[in-house]
Amino acid sequence: MQPFRASSIPRRSRQSRRWIGYGLVLLSAMAVPLYAATAPTHARTDFVGRAAPSFDRVDLEGKRVELSAYRGKVVLLNFWATWCGPCLTETPVFVSWQKQYGGQGLQVIGISMDDDAPPVRRMYRKYRMNYPVAMGDAKLGELYGGVLGLPVTYLIDSHGKIVRRYEGAVDLKELEKEVQGLLGKR
Amino acid sequence: MKSSFTRFAAALVVLILLCAACPGANAQASPASRIPAADLLQPLELVKILQSSNSDSKKEKPLLLQVGSLVMFEQAHIPGSEYAGAGGKEAGLRSLKERASKLDRAQFVVLYCGCCPWGKCPNIGPAYQQMRSLGFTNLKVLYIADNFGADWVDKGYPVTKGQ
Repeated sequence: MQPFRASSIPRRSRQSRRWIGYGLVLLSAMAVPLYAATAPTHARTDFVGRAAPSFDRVDLEGKRVELSAYRGKVVLLNFWATWCGPCLTETPVFVSWQKQYGGQGLQVIGISMDDDAPPVRRMYRKYRMNYPVAMGDAKLGELYGGVLGLPVTYLIDSHGKIVRRYEGAVDLKELEKEVQGLLGKR
Repeated sequence: MKSSFTRFAAALVVLILLCAACPGANAQASPASRIPAADLLQPLELVKILQSSNSDSKKEKPLLLQVGSLVMFEQAHIPGSEYAGAGGKEAGLRSLKERASKLDRAQFVVLYCGCCPWGKCPNIGPAYQQMRSLGFTNLKVLYIADNFGADWVDKGYPVTKGQ
């Protein structure tokens, strides 16, 4: 059997195969963005500067948590979950801020995106959470543009406007400065 | 004094080892970083695989299993994917095992989560290890660097919502 040699293929045939190859690569490259463009997207960053969507929930202690009731306060709205490592790093800090700045008008609100409440209750007790924590769901997540990765934290000013959206672990020093700044403007 | 310190240190080491072995440390025992690079799929690679399997019926379409949060799955997931239970929880692994029992071990399966940054994900590692131990040979994992929102939805890749 003769070993395969590129030179054994007629030149014209090789050229046409090369062009077919280029064509296929080009088509693939064009098809991906076209395919992607048909998908719905979430414009989550658009929320900054807009009024925070209102919600009404019941917290783990059975008390009503209505966002509009906190108008006049600076609200730190934290979407978290018990299985989210970075969230649990932030939680004790938010507890300390609620204690430190609560009298100045800060209100932390936790929305757990866990699938069920028992582990949230355990964590609530373990971390001695001193702010309302309510169970979230897909509906509430969508209301805030899709909470598709945790933690997600919204900083809302005393007029109910979203000032900042943090996705992933927050730079706590930066956030604390922002909180202090907003509390000073009240 | 010295011997009591040695005993204290030994007890501390034993305690740490016991804690590491407890069920709650499951996610740490099977971190995402232990998944071999050869078994990872980048998001764009998966998009191309789905695209080619949609247009060419001869190409095997992977079974996509989301092994993270149900709340997140309901908000957005890859069309055609199934929620299989959170890999970081015993109940989730049981649910995944039950789903796997109905599958051919040679089936092309892609696991994904995207709840948290890759290195912090409590779900994907345990789910991958379980599927491997069950004998799945054509198993891939979608590498999601930050989260499903940033690395899939915001890229404009296909998503759908609901259960």
